[in-house]
Amino acid sequence: MDSNSLMQFAGAVASGAVSVVDLTFTLSPDFPVIVLPPEFGQAAPVRIQQISRYDASGPAWYWNNLTFGEHTGTHFDAPIHWFTGKDLPNNSVDTLPVRDMIAPACVIDCSAEAAKDADFLLTIPVVEAWEKSHGRIPERHWVLLRTDWSKKGWRDYANLKDDGAHTPGPDAAVMRWLVEERGVIGFGTETIGTDAGQAGHLDPPYPAHHFLHGGGRYGLQCLCNLDQLPPIGAVIVAAPLKIQNGSGSPLRVLALVPGQG
Amino acid sequence: MIEPIAKPRRKNPLLRTRLPTSPPRARSRASHGFTRAAAEGRFMLQRCGACETFCYPARDACPACLSADLVFTDAPRRGTLLSETTLHIPADVHFRERAPWRVGLVAMECGPKLVTHLHANCEKGKPVVMSFQLDKSGQAVAFAHPERETSNMADDRQWREMTADPKFRRALVTNGRSIVGQEVVAALKAAGASIVFVGVAEPWKPFRGEETLRGLEGVQIVPLDIGDEKSVADLAADIGGKVDILVNTTEHVRSGGLLDRQGTSVVRDEIDQTYLGFVHLAQAFGPAMRMRGSDGVNSAAAWVNILSVYALANWPMFGAYSASQAAALSLSHSLRAELRPGGVKVVNVFTGPLDIEWFQTVPPPKVAPRAVANAIVSALKRGLEDVFVGDVAEDIRQRLAANPKAVERELGA
Repeated sequence: MDSNSLMQFAGAVASGAVSVVDLTFTLSPDFPVIVLPPEFGQAAPVRIQQISRYDASGPAWYWNNLTFGEHTGTHFDAPIHWFTGKDLPNNSVDTLPVRDMIAPACVIDCSAEAAKDADFLLTIPVVEAWEKSHGRIPERHWVLLRTDWSKKGWRDYANLKDDGAHTPGPDAAVMRWLVEERGVIGFGTETIGTDAGQAGHLDPPYPAHHFLHGGGRYGLQCLCNLDQLPPIGAVIVAAPLKIQNGSGSPLRVLALVPGQG
Repeated sequence: MIEPIAKPRRKNPLLRTRLPTSPPRARSRASHGFTRAAAEGRFMLQRCGACETFCYPARDACPACLSADLVFTDAPRRGTLLSETTLHIPADVHFRERAPWRVGLVAMECGPKLVTHLHANCEKGKPVVMSFQLDKSGQAVAFAHPERETSNMADDRQWREMTADPKFRRALVTNGRSIVGQEVVAALKAAGASIVFVGVAEPWKPFRGEETLRGLEGVQIVPLDIGDEKSVADLAADIGGKVDILVNTTEHVRSGGLLDRQGTSVVRDEIDQTYLGFVHLAQAFGPAMRMRGSDGVNSAAAWVNILSVYALANWPMFGAYSASQAAALSLSHSLRAELRPGGVKVVNVFTGPLDIEWFQTVPPPKVAPRAVANAIVSALKRGLEDVFVGDVAEDIRQRLAANPKAVERELGA
């Protein structure tokens, strides 16, 4: 690509010919985080402690100290997050190839199915049906599962019952197939994890984590505004914080889509 | 006959909120024997080890035999009211704005005579029952009660100055997710609190008892995550001016000490919840409570902490938890001193292991959550400062008084 094309692209972003859609929830203390049984270590919740706000602690400046777990808010999962990816090269957020942080996306709309069934599972036939309309999923694309889950209130969003969370996600076969047969770069969801709420009962448990990270691929979760993306043609910019040996990180996820202009 | 106090009307926003004033506070070191007695609700007098004479006020030598062997011991409470005086225009600012104020002279059956504050139903020449109370300056004063229960007894104006009775007061219970929190809500309502605000963190997580809690009249669920500075500050911005009693029902119990825990995340959670949570609450709610210590019938009155008795002596089976409790205990003493100018009491309720999930493997005796709630309300009604609930807490206290080193070894055995 010559520099002219790149400048054209910048111009298109500036003019609105390319729209930038923010797929990110605001990082805040009240956003639900993954809940594990209390005997396990827990993700530190997001905390924002004010250092000063134009006051005695700092008369001209406002700033905060932050604490949060790597897997809070809209966040990125690196292969090192799961045992299946622990021995891969460049498997943490500080070493993964920066080229992978920009990639196109296929958006599969399962919002109608998820509205009917909180435990909806994405399967190979569902993806094959999508491919009949939009073509085969190209390699090194993100597959984003649209469920409109991000539009719910927090309680319905987490949807915790006495037998665990009930939120949609992929089944085991489709995850293996997307990684091995379609060569996806990663898989993204609107829910708290890339896996379904009840995915601990699948075989293997947590198949999205298992197959994605085992295959050196990535996860994105707690995404929003997926309803503003076309089924194909959007480009995702997802650059996690460069945390030393980090397993993931909250991040700003942007989608570039053809605009109206 | 005492008129029952009326539910306070809404405040007139054109009037200034009266600032709290303190009664005289200087006391001798020996007199703090009475402070301890008042804090725990005991009636103690000095008694001579040589001639067994009870004496009052506090002294360094026996007035009968000059022995220095004076020891504070539990004493019989009964006496007779010899005389009474009503002060109409006291010189002291604190009492001047509370005048008329009745004081009296009581002859104790065990010997000494006490100058005392009087319950309105105490009559000259009649028997009275004595207690020591902490007044608005946190100092011990003698208080005479009528011999028998009288109608609306707790509504006596002078008595209410000594207590933090929940009646017509507004309370904040910081954690409604726990069974203890829910029992405290129920107990405060039963004691006449006009409204109980109940904090619920992470409202997207369901919890046991939620439906009942939401259905209670005069109970308002509020978002409160005490580990989160902003959440606490936001709630204080809404209701900080109408929290008269704050009960910190934070409950974060994890077993284990130092060596068998990997990393620090569990310790950090303990510190976040128990220590920093306390700091957040104090910084957000403390200043307004201190300022509202004389704000009428529903003045700010008390801050209650529920602490493990292992704050006093580390129990290595729950070693890091014990340390977090010790930190909270230390903070409570700072808070007590800082709230004292407002006349707001800090009540520490010490318990042994509670009968809750996190002490599942601990053998009985364990303290029922309801017993903790009842002890809190009782302490507020009686104006106590240090309360030990249940056999384990009482046992640890007594053993500590006898030999702290033995307690350390035995808890670590």
